[in-house]
Amino acid sequence: MKILIKNGRVIDPKNNIDSKLDVFIAAGKIVGLGKSPDSFVANQTIDASGLIVCPGLVDLSTRLREPGNEYKATLESELQAAVAGGVTSLACQPDTNPVLDEPGLVEMLKHRTKQLNLARVYPLGALTRQLQGKELAEMGALREAGCVGYSQANIAITDTQVLWRAMEYATTFGFTLFLHAEEPFLAKGGVAHDGEVASRLGLKGIPSAAEALALASILRIAKETGARVHISRLSTADGVDMIRNAKKQGVNISCDVSANQLHLTEHDIAYFDANCHLKPPLRTQRDKESLSAGLQDGTVDAICSDHTPVDDDAKLAPFAEAELGATGLELLLALTLKWAQQEKLAMSHAIACISSASARILGIPAGDLSVNADADICIFDANEYWKVEPKALKSQGKNTPFSGLEIAGKVKVTLVHGQVVYQSE
Amino acid sequence: MNNPQLDTDGRLRHLLSIEGLPKKILNQILDTAESFLGVAEREVKKVPLLRGKTVCNLFFENSTRTRTTFEIAAKRLSADVISLNVNTSSQSKGETILDTVDNLIAMHADMFVVRHSQSGAAHFIAKHVPNHIHVINAGDGRHSHPTQGLLDMFTIRKYKPDLHNLRVAIVGDVLHSRVARSEIHALTTLGVPEVRVIAPKTLLPTHVEKLGVHVFHDMKAGLKDVDVVMMLRLQNERMNGAMLPSSQEYFKTYGLTQEKLSLAKPDAIVLHPGPMNRGVEIDSSVADGAQSVILPQVTYGIAIRMAVMAMLAGGQGGQA
Repeated sequence: MKILIKNGRVIDPKNNIDSKLDVFIAAGKIVGLGKSPDSFVANQTIDASGLIVCPGLVDLSTRLREPGNEYKATLESELQAAVAGGVTSLACQPDTNPVLDEPGLVEMLKHRTKQLNLARVYPLGALTRQLQGKELAEMGALREAGCVGYSQANIAITDTQVLWRAMEYATTFGFTLFLHAEEPFLAKGGVAHDGEVASRLGLKGIPSAAEALALASILRIAKETGARVHISRLSTADGVDMIRNAKKQGVNISCDVSANQLHLTEHDIAYFDANCHLKPPLRTQRDKESLSAGLQDGTVDAICSDHTPVDDDAKLAPFAEAELGATGLELLLALTLKWAQQEKLAMSHAIACISSASARILGIPAGDLSVNADADICIFDANEYWKVEPKALKSQGKNTPFSGLEIAGKVKVTLVHGQVVYQSE
Repeated sequence: MNNPQLDTDGRLRHLLSIEGLPKKILNQILDTAESFLGVAEREVKKVPLLRGKTVCNLFFENSTRTRTTFEIAAKRLSADVISLNVNTSSQSKGETILDTVDNLIAMHADMFVVRHSQSGAAHFIAKHVPNHIHVINAGDGRHSHPTQGLLDMFTIRKYKPDLHNLRVAIVGDVLHSRVARSEIHALTTLGVPEVRVIAPKTLLPTHVEKLGVHVFHDMKAGLKDVDVVMMLRLQNERMNGAMLPSSQEYFKTYGLTQEKLSLAKPDAIVLHPGPMNRGVEIDSSVADGAQSVILPQVTYGIAIRMAVMAMLAGGQGGQA
């Protein structure tokens, strides 16, 4: 199968490309950019006039809910959502039921997602057995089964000796740890940022210090052990400062921010909107601005969707009892473009945050349009506005704080391994 | 952002919190309550305003006093009253809040009086009921207890009619108190120029000053020259969460005694939402003393609840 994508504006941040080029695809790979390889005859031509052709997006944090929580979402529904959002590779968190701490479970997940032939799934294995923070999971075996890193999902390791050894062991083999920084005692029972809004609404708060305390332990141990650590979903201004300093000191650290945190603050909770019950909690305007500044100066490396589909019933409860999370895969591109537009950043900068940067963190061959690379491609219209309507989302989770928002950036075609896996109506 | 408590014409549709209600509506409720005070003194303690209406007391959290006063208020307005204590543990076994509410709507309830341990529960129910149903918040978590806030304002107005010239101190566990939040919003909306909160730092919410209050940690400084002292109840479980060392130490520092009260203005009044912990937040000699208006609060509470119910369901401004 040979595909020609013609007349599009190709943006490939990794290779510093932003120009009108044709893309030539054969046998699942990119075989030419700009000029046609010898004797190339396309079976299919995609006219990308007026559209942007960029690497398929790479998402650093998603929940697919299988195994165990199929009533919330299934692999099929969420991978359909991924390709509809232009996401061709994604990392998924291990907090399924059972927890992804056994190689067999990972193999099954890899096998099933491969059969679906949609987006590529890169599982994050559990760092500790049952995510309990006590004994290390079999990292080597999980790696062989297909894990690209190890995560504790939202669960903290409170025992610093375990955290230290987890980092030492991971470093021995060059594995990356994906950690969410929240000190669990200080955050206990909290459901919103400990600030003005939570005080007014009478919601139990999670202080910013909970992130700073956890980060202090993680950064210090990472420095001592030389471990490669990625901080998932940073949420505070102090956190950004701490990461900035750690990077200056040469700590092997990277971090991401959820697209939610770039657009929302505690005030969006308004009258107890359960769609804004998220982890980390929505924080202040100052935090939001610092996260954005961090992304611009390279302190924050990437943007993730924090895709967490929840079934409708689980959201139908008073704020604190409503399950946390929001659907995100189909919004990642548009929210990232919106952020870049507000900050007057180049389109290529925005795309890098959700493709090449994320691929580098995961250590996977994705996120660029180099010749000979797998043809994972997202073609979108940067100027077309669409309205976020929960019912129209492919994701089984219809819960989003952005419901009703008119937003620019519509995915037209998504290709994985040189095959069209999504095409908008 | 639409205020979920008001209809498109700015009239009261639900009573969920004091916050967001204009001064005009607060005064309207207080004035209406005034007219209901006399009902209790009649031989037939009833008016027919809610005849044929069904009021449902839906208590997901236990309460005797508040439920009883709502019941009496509804009955004095001639409504039919059902009171349900929905045990939260049986709830967690299956039926959700909305299932419970939907079933009662199917039985043609017209108004819900809701108490729940979670902040935002009344807002949540109000968001999901059909247009003709009214919801009154009888206390949601730490968030709001608007009829308590209103009856406190009614009480203060009775004894100190010039609200624009008052200094008020709220003393105790503000952090966990829906009563305190309602009082603060009511006092600031009605134009009380100085509202103080007095508590140790462990019992104050983050950025409490943004609610428009002056913060004191010293009882003596905080009570100096105030006209009104509003005490809050201290739950025993606060000793478990490292909020306080002991109830004895709390009483010594923040308990209201005659000695501490003497720092307030000589004619200062003392309020308490009940039930009181004598010897923990308040000394018996103050609770039963000449400056205490704690029992009148209870009486006025019925008039306030009658006023709110009448305004919601009883055809204010030509509504059905």
